[in-house]
Order: sequence, then C-alpha cells, then structure tokens
Amino acid sequence: MAAVQWHSRVRAYESELRAARLEAVPLEPGDPHPLKSITVTDSKSRRGGGRRGSTSSSSSSGSVAPDPLSSMLDGTDPLSMFAAASASEAPTLSHTFFRSASYVKEEEVGPDFEPWSAKRGEILARFTTTEKLSINLFMGSDKGKAPSPNSTVSEKVRNRLEELDDMEEGSQRELLNLSQQDYVNRIEELNQNLKEAWSSDQKVKALKIVIQCSKLLSDTSVIQFYPSKFVLITDILDTFGRLVYERIWSMCSDSRAMPESFTADDVNDTAKETCLNWFFKIASIRELIPRLYPWQLGCTCHIFIGIQETLPRLTAMIRGIGDPLVAVYARAYLCRVGMEVAPHLKESLKKNFFDLLASFRQIHSDSVQNQLVLQRVEIPVYLTLYSPAINWILQCVSYRAPETLLTEMMERCKKLANNALLLNSVMWAFRAEFVAARATDFIGMIKDCDEAGFPKHLLFGSLGRSLACADPPENERLSILNEAWKVITKVRSPQVSTMDISIAQIKFVDFTKREVNTVLADIIKHMTPDRAFEDAYPQLQSVIRKILNYFHDFSVLFSMERFLPFLDMFQKDSVRVDVCRSIMEVFIKHQQEPTRDPVILNALLHVCKTMHDSVNALTLEDEKRSLSLLINGFIRMVSFGRDFEQQLSFCVEARATFCNLEPVLVQLIHTVNQLAMETRRVMRGNHSRKTAAFVRACAAYSFITIPSLTSIFSRLNLYLLSGQVALANQCLSQADAFFKAAVSLLPEVPRSITVEGKLRSSEAFLLDFISNFLSTLLVVPDHPEQGVLYLVRGLLNMVQDYTWEENSDAKVRVYISALPLLAAMSQDTYLYAIPKVDSNETLYGGDPKFLAEVNKLCETLIGQVLDHLKALGRDEGAGVRKQGTLAFSLFGCLLAHGDLRNNKLSQLAVNLWNLSHKHGYCDTRNSVRTLEYIKHQSQQPDMAHLSEMALRLSLQSRA
Amino acid sequence: MSVGLDIRLKRANKVYHEGEVLAGVVVISSKEAVQHQGISLTMEGLVNLQLSSKSVGVFEAFYNSVKPIQLITSNIEVVKPGKVPGGKTEIPFEFPLHAKGNKVLYETYHGVFVNIQYTLRCDMKRSLLAKDLSKTCEFMVHCQPQKGRLQPSPVDFSITPETLQNIRERVSLPKFLIRGHLDATSCVITQPLTGELVVENSEVPIKSIELQLVRVETCGCAEGYARDATEIQNIQIAEGDVCHGLPIPIYMIFPRLFTCPTLETTNFKIEFEVNVVIVLQDDHLITENFPLKLCRV
Repeated sequence: MAAVQWHSRVRAYESELRAARLEAVPLEPGDPHPLKSITVTDSKSRRGGGRRGSTSSSSSSGSVAPDPLSSMLDGTDPLSMFAAASASEAPTLSHTFFRSASYVKEEEVGPDFEPWSAKRGEILARFTTTEKLSINLFMGSDKGKAPSPNSTVSEKVRNRLEELDDMEEGSQRELLNLSQQDYVNRIEELNQNLKEAWSSDQKVKALKIVIQCSKLLSDTSVIQFYPSKFVLITDILDTFGRLVYERIWSMCSDSRAMPESFTADDVNDTAKETCLNWFFKIASIRELIPRLYPWQLGCTCHIFIGIQETLPRLTAMIRGIGDPLVAVYARAYLCRVGMEVAPHLKESLKKNFFDLLASFRQIHSDSVQNQLVLQRVEIPVYLTLYSPAINWILQCVSYRAPETLLTEMMERCKKLANNALLLNSVMWAFRAEFVAARATDFIGMIKDCDEAGFPKHLLFGSLGRSLACADPPENERLSILNEAWKVITKVRSPQVSTMDISIAQIKFVDFTKREVNTVLADIIKHMTPDRAFEDAYPQLQSVIRKILNYFHDFSVLFSMERFLPFLDMFQKDSVRVDVCRSIMEVFIKHQQEPTRDPVILNALLHVCKTMHDSVNALTLEDEKRSLSLLINGFIRMVSFGRDFEQQLSFCVEARATFCNLEPVLVQLIHTVNQLAMETRRVMRGNHSRKTAAFVRACAAYSFITIPSLTSIFSRLNLYLLSGQVALANQCLSQADAFFKAAVSLLPEVPRSITVEGKLRSSEAFLLDFISNFLSTLLVVPDHPEQGVLYLVRGLLNMVQDYTWEENSDAKVRVYISALPLLAAMSQDTYLYAIPKVDSNETLYGGDPKFLAEVNKLCETLIGQVLDHLKALGRDEGAGVRKQGTLAFSLFGCLLAHGDLRNNKLSQLAVNLWNLSHKHGYCDTRNSVRTLEYIKHQSQQPDMAHLSEMALRLSLQSRA
Repeated sequence: MSVGLDIRLKRANKVYHEGEVLAGVVVISSKEAVQHQGISLTMEGLVNLQLSSKSVGVFEAFYNSVKPIQLITSNIEVVKPGKVPGGKTEIPFEFPLHAKGNKVLYETYHGVFVNIQYTLRCDMKRSLLAKDLSKTCEFMVHCQPQKGRLQPSPVDFSITPETLQNIRERVSLPKFLIRGHLDATSCVITQPLTGELVVENSEVPIKSIELQLVRVETCGCAEGYARDATEIQNIQIAEGDVCHGLPIPIYMIFPRLFTCPTLETTNFKIEFEVNVVIVLQDDHLITENFPLKLCRV
C-alpha cells in the first residue's frame, strides 16, 4: 500500500469545548435540586424472612432511578450489622450450652459479664510445666458389644452397669512421661473420641470417657499444671454436656415445638425419662469427683426436670473433696454452670463462697504441705494456682451483687488470717469502683499480709488494675500512691522488683508529668541491676502502653527526661520493635497537626530508626509494609512550615536513615515533589533566583533517589511525576533528564510483574504509563540541540524495540494512541500549556517544516499499523477479530484527528471501516453510534465532507 | 424378607400399678405382606429365687433352685392366622393387671438371689419354612403406696474407737471422732437417703468416706433358709483429708430396679442396709451399719 499522506485536522479547541458543553437550563425555584438525596422508605415485609421490598418514593422527578448505594445504606450498613450480631451472639455461643437463651436472661447476665471462655486462654498460657505428666485411663476392654435388640431392659441396664464397672476394674492404661504438648494432644484425642462415640451411638462409651476425664481432675501429681488441666478437661465435659443437652432437646422438640422459655412441665415424658436415666446413671458413679463433675454438667439437663435443689446440693457435696485445690476448681466449675443455668439463684453461689472460706484453712493443712514438699513447689507458687478459680468464683458471686453483700464478703475475708490470696481475688473480681473507694483500706490490708505467703507485688498489681478502671476518691489519690510507694521501695529483693511495675499501672492520668517521671526513674533504678528488666519485658511494655494511653501530647511525653532511658531498657530486638511500633501507632492516631518540634522529631526519628533497623533479609513483606506505613505516617506529620530548606534537609536525613524501606523512599520523593509545588504556590509561579535553585535541588533529590528503587513501575511513575513537577517549576533541563531517564528505562520493563502475589502481565500497566507519558509530552518543548520531537521519537523507538509479548498488538495500540498526540502537536494553539513554559507551538510557531516532520511521523505510524493489520488478516479466527477491532480504533482516530477532506485519508477511513466490518466481529451498536456521530458532525460548518463519507459507510452486519 | 416385630408400651417410663391397664401396640413392619399362623401376647410376672451356693452348696444350688412363683399370667391371641399386609401395622392391646388368686403384685426388683420381673412377650407363629418371631419387653410394676404415715425416724450417730465392735487390736487404732446423722432410716424409695457427717477430728488423715448400699435377701424353702447380704452400690462422699468440722452431706439416690420397698413374704425377704465406711490413710476401715426400711408412698 502506498504511503498515506497525513493531514491533521485543524482543531478549534475553544469552540469545540463550547459546543460540547450542555446547554444551561435555568433552574426554577420550585424545582427540587437534582442532587438532593432520594428518600427511600424501606418497608420490610414481615413474612418471607426479611426479604426487603423497598418502595422508593423519590421526591425528585420520576426519571431519577433510586440510588442503589443509598438504598443499600439505609439503616445500618451490613458490615456493622454483622458485627453487632456477632458481638451479641459471641458470649452466648461461647459460654452457654443452650440454644434457647431464655435461661440466661439479659437482666441476669449482661454482656458485661466476662465469660469463662475469656479466661480459658489466659489460664492455659499461664500455668505450664516442663515436668512429665501421665494420664491414667481405665478404658476397659473395648468389647464394643452392641446391645442385642432382643435383650430386655434389665439386661440392657445390667450390661451398661457392667460396662461402667468394667472400667473401674478393667484394664488400666497408663501413659507415662508425657510432655505438656503430648498431654494436650491426648486430651484433644479424647475429645474427638467422645464425639465419635456419641455419634456412633455408643453413649456408654462416651459417658465412660467423661468419667475418666473427670477422674483425671482428682490427680494433683503435677500441681503447677492443674489449672490448665482443669481447663482442658472441662472442655471435654462441656462437649459432653452440649451433646446430652442437644439430644434431650431434640427429643422434646420431636413431637411439638418447644416454647422459648420452657419449664419442666412442658417437657414430654420420653425426654424426662431419658433425663432421669442419665441422672440415675450419674448418681450411681462410685467415686466422688467423677460423679460430681458429670452431675454438675447434668445441671444443664435439670432444666428439663426441675432444678432448684440441685445447685445447693452439689455445693454441699463439694465439701467432701479433701484436696483444697481440687475442691476450689470444682467450685469454680459449679459457679460456672450455675451462672449459665440459673443466674438468678444467687444464694447457692454465695453459699459456695462461704463454704470456700470455711474450708480455707485446708490450704495450710499438713497433707497439702507434704505434697508440696514432695513435688518441690513453693508456697507462693502454689497459692497462685488458686487465683483463677477464686477469681472466677468471686466474679460470679459479686456480679451485680448489692453493696451489702460485697461488704459482708469483705468482712468475712478480713477475718481469715493470712488472706492475701483472697484479698488478691477480691481486688480482681469485685467492681473496680468498690475497690477504688476503699483503696486506702486495701493498702493497709496488703501491708499486713504475711510476707511468706502470697507475693505482695501481685497484690499491688491487682490493686493497680482496679484503680486503673475506676478513680479512687480525688483527695486520696496522691496519698495512695505515696503509701503504696513506701511499701514498694522497702522491698528490695530482685525477684519482686517487678512490683513497682505493677503499681505503675495505676492510672497515670491522675498524675502529672513530674510524678510519672519519678515513677519511671524508680523503675529504671530497680530494673537495671543484674539486668532484671530482661525478665520483665511484658510488664514494662504494659507500662509503656499505659503511659501512651494517657499522654497523647508527645512534646510532653518526650520532654520527660526518663522516658528515653526507659525505652533503652528494651534491649531485645523484637520487644523493642514492638514498643516502637506501639508508640508510632499512638502518634499517628493522635497527632492532629504537623509538627516541627525538634524534641519530638529527634525522638521519633530515633524510634523509627529502631524499627527500620530491625528489617533484614528475613523480614516478611507484610512486616515491612506495616513498618513503612508507620514511618510514612511520621514523615507526613513533619512540617517545618515555610522553612522549606529545613524540610528538604529533613528528607535528606530521612532518606539516609530509612534506605531499606522502599515505600518510605517513595513517600519521601512525593514529599519533596510536594515541597517543590508548595514553593511554586508560595511564589505564585514566579521563582526568584533562590527558590529556583531550591526547586532544582528538589528535582535533584528526586532524580538521585528514584534509581535506588527496585520496583520498575514506581520508578517510571515517579520519573514522570517528578518530570512534570520540574516542568511546572520551569526546570526544563531537569524535566528533560527525568523524561529521558523514563524513556531509557522502558526497555527494562519486565513482561510480567507480581501483583498481590500473583504473576500478571505488565502490558496493561505499560500501556497506561505510555499513554500518560504521551499526554505529558505535548507540552514538553524540544531540546534546542536535539532534533525535532526528540522525546517522542525516542519513546516510539523504544516501543518499537521493546520485546512485546507474542501475538500482542500492544505495540500497534501505542502507535494509534500516539497519533492524537501528533495531531495535537500540529495545531496552532495547544490544548493545554504550562504557565511560563514555551511549548513547541511557540518554539516553532507553526513552521511548515515542523508540521511536515510531524506528518511524516504520522505516516510512518499509520504505515506500521496497516502492515500489522495486513499481517493479522492472514490469520483466520483470532487474528481476524483483532484486525477488526484495531481497524475500527484506527478509523476512530482518523475520524477525530485526521483531515478527511483529503481524499486519500477519507478513502483510507472508508477502507478501514469496511475492513472492520468485513468479518462481522464488529460491535453493531458501536458502529451505529459512530455513524450517528458522523452525521451529527457533518452538520457543523466545515464538516460537510463527512456527510458524503457517511454515505459510503455501510452497516454490513445489518444487511 | 425381614419382618420386624416390636412392642411399644403407652407409657414411656413403663411403670404400672396393680389394677391398672397395661396398654400398648404391637408393631409389625415388613416390606411385603407376612403370612403367619397367629400372633399372641403373653404377660407374665415371676419371682425367681436362687439359693446361694454359699449357704447350700453348689449342687443343691443348681438343682434345688426353688420353683419360681408366678404372680400373674395372661395370654391373648392378637391376630388369628392369616396375613398381615406390608408396611407398618400397629395392633393395639390392653391387659388388666390383676394378680392371680390372692397374690399381690410385688414391685419389680433385680437382685442376686431374688428377682421379681414382669415381661410381655409377643410371638408370631409362622409356617414351617419360616422361623417363629418373638419379642420380649419388660415392664415395671410399682406396688401400691403403703398405707399409714411414715415415721421419718432420724438417727444420730457418732463413731469413735470406743464405739466399734469386731476389732482385733483396739490399741493400735488411731483416735478419731466422727459425728453425723441420717435424716431417716425408713426412707421413701423415690427420695434420696440424706444426712450429714462431720469429721470432728482424726489423728490419721482420712482417705475416703463411702456409703455402701447393701441388700439382704432371704430365701426360705423346705430345707431351711438362706440369708445373703450383697453390695448394690457404693458411693463415695468424701475423698482425701476433708476439712474437719465442716459437715459433709450424705446423699444417695436409691437405684431403680435394684431396690424395692422392703418386702417380707412367706417364701422370701428383701431388706436393705446402708454402711457408712470410713477409710483412713493407713487403710483402717471403719464401718457403721444402719438397717433401712424402704417404702413407697
């Protein structure tokens, strides 16, 4: 095909823009505003399970469709609805067996009652052991004899009882030398066995497992592990309780639907009978503890047969447990069951607690002492084993209890000698306000406690925890701190040096900077000898968190002279980074305005540097990202106002500090670019010599920072952006350098990049970038020493040489998109321009030689495209389809930018139209619209030639 | 071709009293029609007595087992020979519960030497080619409530080394004092046995405190009678060295089937006792025995 002669259409941008604008319609005062929100009344139909029939009565004109977004957002949005639902469900699901929540009425147990499940994890994490454990199971012989269908009831019963006996006398399986993890696994296995047995209808085996598990609870051989053991085993019991409950429930609801809040009378006979069966079975278990636990579980089922007497009876039965630790946990379990089943029966909870007090001296009995000596467990350690259970019991008892009851309980506790353990639990479990109001009393009691028993620092810790939640009386605050402090400073043993940390948890907000500083100083003094802080990182961290909670003014915070030395105590890297991270989080959250305070900047730079330095080759991507986010937040918050040079030098410093985190570097480049634009704004576009030098320095900063990035696309985009900024600031040679760098970087673009962990083709990104680049190039003036359209040519050459993907017509698409640019360049006035920068229009002033040059370039491009189209035509199928689309887009380009008065061009356009329709792959609607557009255009002045062309264009597919 | 034969009683707990009507359905389920030679129901109440080998010797125990005493028996033909259609067929039936002659319907009891059992058996006779089918189902009989008011008759007890009998060396016995009371020794069978027990002091720590429920069965026959006491169940009420001075509840539910109201007839006797057993750490075993009278009200 002979070379096509290109002639750009002369555009009158101004008039075109005017023509393209919609006609202004005068607004009558009565008309509703078209953007006024549509009122959507949403009537939920009652039937049909919340299917929403939304009737939108829009107050605006009838043609306005209801906004789908606003109709979605009526009421609460779905996410928060879910959140609310799950929040309200979570406690019931996690700590109650019941499907009907009727027994746990809202007024009796509110969401403010901390459920057991919350304690579970804590206990498991706290009570661990390295000693070897053993599980002693008498699982009997698994005869697996299914009861023969013909056997009479008595035979069945006898069989079952025999089986129960079996495991008492049967083969004993003892697993020795289990590590803690093994133990946990074994228990989990048992849990699975239980479920399997239940589902395969081996109810007796299931009960057997439960009994065996309960039996494990009477074994206190590795006493430090007991609380965890309790948690693990009660999990199994819970599973069992749920299974039994569900079975009986299903029996009830078989015949008819059960009312939501049912009483024993509503239960049908079969269910009652089954219930009684379980009950009798459990009541005949020989040993106390294996009987007690299932019985407590059975409480849940007592709903079906009436419950009132069971709880007090069980409470009394626990008295029969000799070992105080086992007893106290049994009580805790009973309280838990009691809270779930009948929270209104406070009396039994109270009795439970008083029984506990009555048997409290057991803890110091001889048999316990002997056992401790045998297991080499010290008394203070032993006593801490009690706290979860006692805490729980007290929490249950004191939950929404009247003041008088609390006072009574306090008095009873006071009477007991050596009650540190109880005191601790009281402080834990009682309402914080109650404790806070009597803080002075408590300190007095703590002082009186026996040194050998319960560690005092724990007592202060608990007190501090309460005081953190509720304010002690205003006038006592300082005296409380002083009193407590006096006691604390007396205790010098390195072991209890963590104590001050506990007290430091007392609400800092009460105290001024000076006091906090003193506290910190004291902590440092206590912790530094023998590097005691190494053992106390969690506590120290919590101190930091407390401080951060109350001090949001970072200038105050960092002006405390002890704060940074305090930070220095975190010498383990991971902890240190954690602390830094929490500081930064608070900073980003609470710092409202940009700051230039040198104290803050220095300190935070130090903090950020610590975070940055923790990054190494092994750091995970996510970790890096979150660190970068924090550091970026900091950088954004730094502003020196109009002292731009200072800011730039800060950026220089930051670049040196954070060179390993790419997102931070990107942020820095953006900051510097912003700085340059800010300068321009301040100077209103007229740079003085000084500011011109400054913006050049900014450009230089970007120019040398960008190459250190690894991501090729952020490099490209930043080059382009910085180039635009440089151009805007009249730094022509800098801009040139940026663009040149971008062009020369193009060949390095890999063909595929990873996006969010997946390998994707980079083509789409590259096309985007190139289009963006091309539109910038319109305003870039040619370099006086290089040839005409030096950059455009350079770019197109790179595009030509770039190794595109096989079978991809991206290259051609770039060519087609370059045509509009070239057409725009040949106009007399350009579409847009940068103030104070002369673009090519002024440089060449419509010189025919320049225009000829541009046209020649266009012709080359069109020639290339046509060659490609021809090549595609040889390939049937996919090739032809592509050919159609490409031909159509070239047609569109010609139509918009080419001067179709020229016969050859218009002939080419017609040919392209025909080509695109030849194989019927063309979108008909698109063609029809294009045709309409052409007809519309032809009515414009100077465009009459289009109507003639329109006649030659036919819609083949319509034929 | 499988035929299912089942008896379903109307009452879920299967408990009936004398004079009431035992009602239920015979369920025949089969995919196809069943040819049969008649279906009959037999109700029977029996007292089985067994002599213990301990009291009369193995052989005599085997041969000489006393003839069972029939309390009630009844037989009806439910369906005449013919065909039962396929699917599930339910045939209702009713038996009046009236004892034979001047006998009384004793309460159901499963013991070692005495068994009182009531059964209902359904037989389906079939032609020579197919096996006869049969299904047995036990039902419970509770005797009529005893007349007259029950005296609770509480018992206080206190156990010290001095109160004990049957000991070899009184000297080696450690000192202890255990006090307590049973709320009643004549108990209602549906109510638990209750009471309290306080360990006031004990020189040697306590290992365990248990309640042992014992049945005493007496069988009379021509050659004299045999009396045997056997354990029914053992319930631990305290484990380990319990807190001194704190009352521990005594609480035991009488197991169903294995207990019945205390019964005394011309041929046999069923009585119950409870033992409070205290085991000390040095394995001393201290037992205090209380005879019980059970009744139903």
